[in-house]
Amino acid sequence: MAQLELFLQTIISGFLLGGLYGLIALGMALIMGVMRVINLAHGDFMMIAMYISYWLFTLLGIDPYLSVFIAAPALFLFGLVIQKYLMTPVMKVESILPHNQVIMTVGLAMVFSNLATVMFTGNYRSTPVSYASSAWYLTDYWKGSPIELSLSMPWTLSFIMAVLITIALWIFLMKTDMGKSIRATAQDLDAALLMGVNVDWVRMVTFGIGLVLVAAAGCVFLPIYYLYPALGKQFTNVGFVITVIGGMGSTHGAVIGGLILGLFESMTATYIGMGWAPAGRFGIFVAALVFLPGGIASILRKRRLEE
Amino acid sequence: MKKFLPLIIFALLLGLPLIGLSTYIMHIVILVLIWSVIGMGWNILGGYTGQVSFGHAAFFGMGAYTSGILYQSMGISAWWGLPVCVVVLLALSLVIGFICLRLRGAYFALSTLALGEICRVAAENLVHFTQGNMGIMIRERTWVDKIWYFYIILFIAVGSYILIKKVMESKLGYYFVAIREDQDAAESLGIDTTFYKTISLCLSGILTGIAGAFYMNYMGYIDPSIAFPLYDISIVTVMTVMVGGAATYWGPIIGAVIMVFLAEEIRSLPYIGAAHQTIFGIILILIIMYLPNGIVGDFRKLMKPFLKKRGVQHESH
Repeated sequence: MAQLELFLQTIISGFLLGGLYGLIALGMALIMGVMRVINLAHGDFMMIAMYISYWLFTLLGIDPYLSVFIAAPALFLFGLVIQKYLMTPVMKVESILPHNQVIMTVGLAMVFSNLATVMFTGNYRSTPVSYASSAWYLTDYWKGSPIELSLSMPWTLSFIMAVLITIALWIFLMKTDMGKSIRATAQDLDAALLMGVNVDWVRMVTFGIGLVLVAAAGCVFLPIYYLYPALGKQFTNVGFVITVIGGMGSTHGAVIGGLILGLFESMTATYIGMGWAPAGRFGIFVAALVFLPGGIASILRKRRLEE
Repeated sequence: MKKFLPLIIFALLLGLPLIGLSTYIMHIVILVLIWSVIGMGWNILGGYTGQVSFGHAAFFGMGAYTSGILYQSMGISAWWGLPVCVVVLLALSLVIGFICLRLRGAYFALSTLALGEICRVAAENLVHFTQGNMGIMIRERTWVDKIWYFYIILFIAVGSYILIKKVMESKLGYYFVAIREDQDAAESLGIDTTFYKTISLCLSGILTGIAGAFYMNYMGYIDPSIAFPLYDISIVTVMTVMVGGAATYWGPIIGAVIMVFLAEEIRSLPYIGAAHQTIFGIILILIIMYLPNGIVGDFRKLMKPFLKKRGVQHESH
């Protein structure tokens, strides 16, 4: 019975983690879809949002979940500026080496993580919110339950926030004009240009929204995780692994890929060992590249065609 | 004159230790040579063949660990790592090539990045072989003096230079460049692109690994964060080649000179030393924006203001 309990608990925590991972990857997939650029500074933008959220909590006592509404707009503006003054000019530069913009994001990542170390030291920080250790237990609701499962309150809150933000993004992409322009640019750049879409502006907004998503992810991650300057790299890795599992640039794929990776990591950590969780992450990444290079998006597309 | 320039530089370098430079300067020169070899290795794959790799730390670290493990577990001299790592890296390159080289462009870059990280995680966790985060230390140094280290790495660097020059002037080199310029066109002309990309990766990996094995012998200590770091090796390698000029013979060497001196200067500055990655990052961004083909590649562009003046003088004569 204890085995089953452990298994179910692993699945629950993997699912919750996967929802948050999905949110991180969504932003990356959106940027990838529109600009064909992998943003290797994604995790570092998340780190910036987490520091904003952290200082808001420590200095002003604002709950990390509420600071989403401050950190996300801040990163949106930041994203606009970076896209306009750094990414767009690089697009026009001619060089032998391809992927200039990707290398550019690596440069940004180096700058951000190092500056954060210099400014805030390498110490681990966390936000001691009052509800940090509260949880719901299965036996509280079902007295005769043969097994005991628990649901951590901050984890659940973060998961719900992630789901809400994902739904909001979906509505934005489906219903608004801007959302339609973004989807059009991702589908076919030339066609979008011919239809009168202001592609440069769409790119800026997309980059901004990508950062909004990752900022939100950072804010909801803060109560359940700790914060240190080098954290960005880890989440960049998570982001691009999911983006590849999901299929480059596919938002649906990113959400499903996030859940898969969350479950997988949770399983590796429980049954193989904590230290191997990152190796498992890359193992699944390589497996996806070799066996399913189109990602989950290719499966979805095939099913849609068959219908 | 231009034809003999490499020979002259080689002769000058041969005589360099005779001037009696300080140990510190010799150390810098050795570092420059190590980085030139890594840069030349990266340049084969990234510059000439156009497959940008973000994971060359995997090759560097694997070379270093081959030496280290030979010393630690087998009890033989770490210098055996230099020949042995050729075999190990050939195997590693074939495996990486099998997985990554079917992918194109950004996918390839990402997969190499992931493989570099996999190597680091594996080195941290396979404590039995690698001693994990404790690292491997060579307790007895072969020479106290740096002269012999200098000559060994000088010969490795010259060997790499000649090898690359020979390869790039052969048919193989033309295949590489054809793949970089247009993979589909190369394929349609009957070039087996995956096969030649694998050869390019093997050459690149072996050169980088030899530099790693030498590094282990020279520095005498490695741990996973020294051997497999993303920024300090993989990305700095890309920077080295970009600063100097991708797909040029002298680019990686000039890049290595600049990067090593820059790193040493910045690290020794008070207050700013801790922020050396920030400065590196900013330099990287500036290079991408204004000098995308490096100092050698954009030499004409750099010299334009000077050349114009001279041109005017010529006319007046």
